[in-house]
Amino acid sequence: MSERSLQHKESFITPILKQNPLFVSILGTCPALAVTKSLEASFGMGLLFTFVVCCSNVLISALRKLIPEEVRTPCYIVIIAAFVTITRMLTEAFLPELYSSLGVFLALLVVNCIVLGRAEAFASKNSVFDSLLDGLGNGVGYTWAICLIGVIREILGTGMITFGKIFTFIPLFRIPILKALDGSFNYSMSVFSLPTGGFIVFGLILAVIAAIEGRKKAKEKIKLQAEMKAAVKGEK
Amino acid sequence: MNTTPYIYTFLLAIISSCLIDNVVLSRFYGICPFIGVSKKVKSAFSMGVAVTFVIILAALICWPLYHFVLLPLQIPFMDILTYILVIASLVQIVGLFIKKFSAPLYQSFGIYLPLITTNCAVLGVVQTNTDTALSFGLSMANAIGTSLGFLLVIVLFSTMRERIEEYNGNKAFKGVPIALISAAILAMAFMGLMGIGAK
Repeated sequence: MSERSLQHKESFITPILKQNPLFVSILGTCPALAVTKSLEASFGMGLLFTFVVCCSNVLISALRKLIPEEVRTPCYIVIIAAFVTITRMLTEAFLPELYSSLGVFLALLVVNCIVLGRAEAFASKNSVFDSLLDGLGNGVGYTWAICLIGVIREILGTGMITFGKIFTFIPLFRIPILKALDGSFNYSMSVFSLPTGGFIVFGLILAVIAAIEGRKKAKEKIKLQAEMKAAVKGEK
Repeated sequence: MNTTPYIYTFLLAIISSCLIDNVVLSRFYGICPFIGVSKKVKSAFSMGVAVTFVIILAALICWPLYHFVLLPLQIPFMDILTYILVIASLVQIVGLFIKKFSAPLYQSFGIYLPLITTNCAVLGVVQTNTDTALSFGLSMANAIGTSLGFLLVIVLFSTMRERIEEYNGNKAFKGVPIALISAAILAMAFMGLMGIGAK
């Protein structure tokens, strides 16, 4: 029992940090650069992504014994495309601002490598509940990753964080950071709202992650060497 | 009413979708192969040619399919499903075709063919063609321009990357991070072309 719950926990936790789909596996980069001009749009994208990946994971894992091995990829694509169509219609009906700000990238969820990758690597081999958790974990991992890019780009590009522009049910308000609301100072750099900024921010984040990983590895190496030395001394 | 000759509009649409509104650097389609398959000039070129081929064929098939099948049947919401199936089968057929007629060609870009199905550039072009209600001529111009733009940028970028790989820089930036930063500089250079269309 405890071993099973451990596995459930694992399939939810791993994709959030250790196997983050965007920062570690570097998958799903197109929407991560295209819709991250603002925090709200990124969050909306993350939410819809989570919904699609959970639904497709659950259905694919439920049908995993029925789908023949040879034609599995077309089957997965059709299932994913069906869920994307549903998501698209719901978004257009209930959150039209989000729909127009995501544009064609909502339809492009079909060819998002993470969704198909999860279907292929996880949902086709594991139980329904595990696949649901895996979908949720990947959704959360992807959402926080693109929200991080979105918040950095929005602060640097427009000088403030705006809420309520896309999720219109919350009142519109702005948090000024680099730019005053009355215009007394303005340190924003509009290049970060442009495509160039997306590449720069994503590249720098990946570099920071690589630096942290490198430092961790170096520390482990030193520790290991010290232990070896101690062991050798002890033997003597 | 419209005095500019059609061919002028057509060529302008090609240039605009190829250079000004470049597929990778300003519309962000196809970043995955752009980062993944750009380490060598040769493989980047093969990938670019294969993508060009599939995009043009897909646009050629999907536009009539949307306007003469989906719209009369009043099921335009089925567009994504239709397009992805067309693209997936197209990629398979192209692969079989090349395998049959030219073995060396198949060897050079056969392995990249399955990757094209999940290249968002293909679905992105087809989807924008019908979403923005372009005419058949202009949607073909969009497809040609976009695919040429992809080919141009992936080859340019792979030549840059071949040099970068040789350079021993900061360890943290090695690989993808420095590739993204140099893509940003390339994007900045392409921003300079924005003036062409506006005049």
